[in-house]
Amino acid sequence: MTAPGRVLVVGASASGLTTVESLRRKGYTGEIAVIGDEPHAPYDRPPLSKQVLSGAWEPQRATLRTEEILSGLAADFVLGDEAVALDPAARTVRTASGRELSADAVVLATGVRPRILPGQQGLAGVYVLRGLDDALALKAELRPGARLVVVGEGVLGSEIAATARTLGLEVTLTGPLSAPMALQVGPMVGGLLAELHQEHGVRLRLGAGVAGLSGRDGRVTGVELSTGETLAADVVVVAIGASPATEWLADSGLTLDNGVVCDSRCRAADGIYAVGDVARFHHEGYGRLMRLENRTNATEQAAAVAGVVLGEDRPYVPVPYFWTDQFEAKLQVHGLLPADADVEVVEGDVAARRFVLRYASEGAVTGVLGWNMPKQTRLRRQEVVDALHTPVSTP
Amino acid sequence: MKVLIDEEKCVAAGQCVNASPDVFDQREEDGIVVLLNENPSAELADDVRNAAAVCPALAIRIAE
Ligand SMILES: Cc1cc2nc3c(=O)[nH]c(=O)nc-3n(C[C@H](O)[C@H](O)[C@H](O)COP(=O)(O)OP(=O)(O)OC[C@H]3O[C@@H](n4cnc5c(N)ncnc54)[C@H](O)[C@@H]3O)c2cc1C
Ligand code: SF4
Repeated sequence: MTAPGRVLVVGASASGLTTVESLRRKGYTGEIAVIGDEPHAPYDRPPLSKQVLSGAWEPQRATLRTEEILSGLAADFVLGDEAVALDPAARTVRTASGRELSADAVVLATGVRPRILPGQQGLAGVYVLRGLDDALALKAELRPGARLVVVGEGVLGSEIAATARTLGLEVTLTGPLSAPMALQVGPMVGGLLAELHQEHGVRLRLGAGVAGLSGRDGRVTGVELSTGETLAADVVVVAIGASPATEWLADSGLTLDNGVVCDSRCRAADGIYAVGDVARFHHEGYGRLMRLENRTNATEQAAAVAGVVLGEDRPYVPVPYFWTDQFEAKLQVHGLLPADADVEVVEGDVAARRFVLRYASEGAVTGVLGWNMPKQTRLRRQEVVDALHTPVSTP
Repeated sequence: MKVLIDEEKCVAAGQCVNASPDVFDQREEDGIVVLLNENPSAELADDVRNAAAVCPALAIRIAE
């Protein structure tokens, strides 16, 4: 395969930008165009729920690259315009403003969009957190003493609850599971996170689904639970997960099923690739389709896709990794943590809140989780890698 | 090549150490990046560029 004459990237954030950088780093000198619907130059999302929301950072610090570095990439960034249709055979993308861009290779990097609750739109005081504008709008409402209800006990909801509590709000965290992040880290660490949040004064109202929002004069006043109870609120954040931004691909003929479905090379069709949060790729190590919504995947997968675009033939087999910061706890997770895994403390001391846990299913290591022990956790990552590369027979 | 790190941005992911163990390490207590070699030799340059590229916090800068 020869290198494409022109590459088009749709989505101008972590994975889109890194795709461009990786192409250049690998020596690609052809034309590159990038379409992004946000007006902002590419910025980083993890600080939005942490340093940007708390005010520790000026929003500018989250910018991914200086203007000088961006222009050094010699790519044509078309920002503030949304891709609305793709013709995969012609590899042409049409945008909301009527542009038509064609290329020899198209990389889809449109990420995910937050899910919302019925009745949320048009109700003031209710926020989601995905982009910089969301973060700044929410931040403006986080006044000490205000009552904040965070709907969603996942990673993002738990982080927002912690940040807001640090700012002096009366915070309630609600969601259907029994502990913060129970789905992501299992019941044991979920329990420890529940303790941590409660010690800092976050009120947990977990194990109940949300039935709806109540409001008066167009402004939210509370969150209604399925139990009939209403949690009074001045501000509400809805963090109930996100869906791949693929509506614009509905008529493209690509396989869309919880993301852009692609092979182990992240190829969705001839000359069409997907990367980052939107990509549901075949992971050869796990033998199944996977979609990873985390920051390091955006970078690693972008590098892999850039290689494939340039003719390398290597599967993408990452070890999933994410981190989260809540109060004084820094958690790092390598691999997968199934809810029914056997969990063993392999370093440190749970009572001292510095430890590494190893998760195993049927004797095989699936993941490691560190709580305030990042280096020691990384050193244990190799056990996850080794297990991943030991072939298992699937029943 | 000169390597610069921003400890305040570092999120202790350790990706840099995986990419270039001769140049980067992490502090035992909090995992923040430690620069072992500010001026890595030419044969390490590729690894170091790779480390800067995979750092999820953009905490590594390279001045050529
Ligand atoms: C608040 C927050 C905190 C996070 N914290 C962490 C963390 O601590 N650790 C961690 O590992 N991960 C974290 N993540 C996840 C991480 O940020 C994402 O995995 C990463 O941003 C994915 O990058 P991406 O480029 O694939 O997608 P995105 O960053 O979502 O970028 C997609 C871009 O494409 C644009 N777009 C969408 N549709 C179109 C269209 N039709 N046309 C043009 N442009 C379009 C979007 O507006 C967006 O700019 C966090 C995410 C958020 C929102
Ligand atoms: S990869 Fe970046 S964030 Fe991670 S330890 Fe190294 S410098 Fe810090």
